[in-house]
Amino acid sequence: MEESLVEESESGNACTDEAAPALIAVHPTESSVVVAVGSELRVFDLKEDCAVSPVDDLGGPHHSASIRAISFSFDGELFVSAGDDKIVKIWKTGSWNCIHTIQSEKRVSAVSISQDSGYVTFADKFGVVWIMSLKEDRDTKAVPILGHYCSIITSMKFSPDGRFIATADRDHKIRITVFPRNALKGAHEIQSFCLGHTDFVSCLTFVCTQDQSKGFLLSGGGDLTVRLWDYSNGTLLYTCALGNEAGILEASEIEENNKTAVTDICASSNGSLIAVAVQSYNGVMLLSCDFSARTLSCVKKVPMEKSYIPTSLALVSSKEHLWTVMGASNLSSSDLSNNKEQLLTRVRIVSFIQKDFSDACSRDPVLLEDSQVPGGEKLLMQLQGSLDAATQEAAFAAAAAAVRTSLQNMMIKKQYSVERRELRKRNRNDKKIKS
Amino acid sequence: MSSARLPRKRFYRARAHSNPLSDSHFPVPNCPSEVDYSFHYPYFFPKDAPPAPKPKVRFADVGCGFGGMLVSLSPLFPDTLMIGMELRDKAFLLLLFLSLSLSLFINYAEYFISFTRSAHQVTEYVKDRIQGLRATNPGQYNNISVVRTNSMKYIPNYFEKGQLLKMFFLFPDPHFKEKNHRRRVVSVQLLDEYAYVMEVGGIIYTVTDVEELGDWMKSCLEKHPLFEAVGEEEIKKDPVVKLLTSATEEGQKVARNEGQTFMAIYRRVASKED
Repeated sequence: MEESLVEESESGNACTDEAAPALIAVHPTESSVVVAVGSELRVFDLKEDCAVSPVDDLGGPHHSASIRAISFSFDGELFVSAGDDKIVKIWKTGSWNCIHTIQSEKRVSAVSISQDSGYVTFADKFGVVWIMSLKEDRDTKAVPILGHYCSIITSMKFSPDGRFIATADRDHKIRITVFPRNALKGAHEIQSFCLGHTDFVSCLTFVCTQDQSKGFLLSGGGDLTVRLWDYSNGTLLYTCALGNEAGILEASEIEENNKTAVTDICASSNGSLIAVAVQSYNGVMLLSCDFSARTLSCVKKVPMEKSYIPTSLALVSSKEHLWTVMGASNLSSSDLSNNKEQLLTRVRIVSFIQKDFSDACSRDPVLLEDSQVPGGEKLLMQLQGSLDAATQEAAFAAAAAAVRTSLQNMMIKKQYSVERRELRKRNRNDKKIKS
Repeated sequence: MSSARLPRKRFYRARAHSNPLSDSHFPVPNCPSEVDYSFHYPYFFPKDAPPAPKPKVRFADVGCGFGGMLVSLSPLFPDTLMIGMELRDKAFLLLLFLSLSLSLFINYAEYFISFTRSAHQVTEYVKDRIQGLRATNPGQYNNISVVRTNSMKYIPNYFEKGQLLKMFFLFPDPHFKEKNHRRRVVSVQLLDEYAYVMEVGGIIYTVTDVEELGDWMKSCLEKHPLFEAVGEEEIKKDPVVKLLTSATEEGQKVARNEGQTFMAIYRRVASKED
């Protein structure tokens, strides 16, 4: 079966077959929310209650291929988007005007803005992290600061205190690097490696104790675990296996396809609420972190409609909403009405009655109906591209399958038989050119 | 039993190059604590030992080839555990034969059957050899071993922070073409990882017979904030330095052809930040 998978991906054109998952990001004060799907950025201003279209007065190119990574800066002033078209765009969130367009040599897999908003970092497909200063003049160039040797970087996050930059890759590794004062000279001092995942690492998020005296890192990956790390020394503190533990994921929820991964994780900064999206679960799982015992526990599952498998999550610590989105870059609503080709996504929001997440047990998550969402129909129209997205069950099921296959193809190392490997060696591109 | 002769290298011609960028097909430990060093160094990990602090590998020869350096270093530092890391499978195979440890070999036997078509014949041959070697060199070479791995990708999977005292990069593949420079085993980015596994004060030794690569390695080390050149005097006094060119097969070849070698020897220093 594995062999057939390899054959498929070789015969098809990998670039066009890839389905990029839809992404969601929320402004730190929840004043705006962004969904990225395909090459589109869909912005909704919650304060003004209106849809916004980002503009580039500088005349830079717009995104022309799937956006793979988006992020707000810590203060919410800036927003960054990047992806397969090898450009990184930095936006001012007040006006949604593009202030920088950076050309990357390779496709971009992760982006982040430093804690003081002084730098933007982006990781390319070769595992190199580049940095550009946002303080200086427009013409500064991006320079490499660190590298994961030839491994796709899947997630990149700054620690809340700004002292470290964490990068996760498909080779099971998480690297914690000291973020130096003069970052343009490179980040050479590795604080620790967090090693323990037995498959690719897909997502990272920082959390810290209430008094902010001690920080921790959470990671999720292809081994269907969420792990808690002391990132100062790389110690694995706790592994929360979502697959085999009864009551977290039912057998029926994981066995349909034996390979299933954690796709996204987000947490309130004090760790009392951790939301996890898993490829085979239609909904989100809520975990909670006990810092004194250094454990994670599954608090609740929030099931959603059958084919709704979130591809991205966003949470703002001070607010009561967990934002989730589902969609893929190849999912269009062509069978709806034959106007223009519109990429379809679905947004669902989980609301928490209690405004603070301090009391984990009595928290009561409620899945908001479309009529209850903040911003109402206008927001759904802007972010989803359609109001009746909920009815497109078949399309979403196809999207979930496409996103999963595409992730597997990107992350899983292909295992070839000896004969096949020899054949591949003989047909290498550089040899073809010679003959 | 056959006479105790070392396996001869010419029967195990290794490929000159191996692509460090490709996905690996050999097992990789998930983290350093997962590596079972007791089967690499059975003499240093006696079965009835108290749960005292376990000895750690302190020297690493990256791209050790046929292991000449390790074999020379072994009697000089008999109490220091050293490991060779080699990516090319055939070189690794011969190394196993040289490693003189029957238990090690048996542990690996199943694993490298996949590499060798005539595994059974080889096994018989090597068993004889190792028994012969053990008889002629009792108690020696217990502190050296090898792993087959891609050290450009998996160094942190084998070593903890600050574990290594010495790292060797002897006659690495020059990768002349510019587009292949990222395959070079010494680069500023990879030095980050080497610095991480090295103790402050540890020494990194590089040598090559290719001037261009020599300049490259030197400039990478010079640029790196966590490395500092070792002084001339100290280099002269270091007994290891002489071995760099005399102990390795590549070094001997260069000497035979009266070629030049280019060394760069640097010390791991503490970060100057803060």
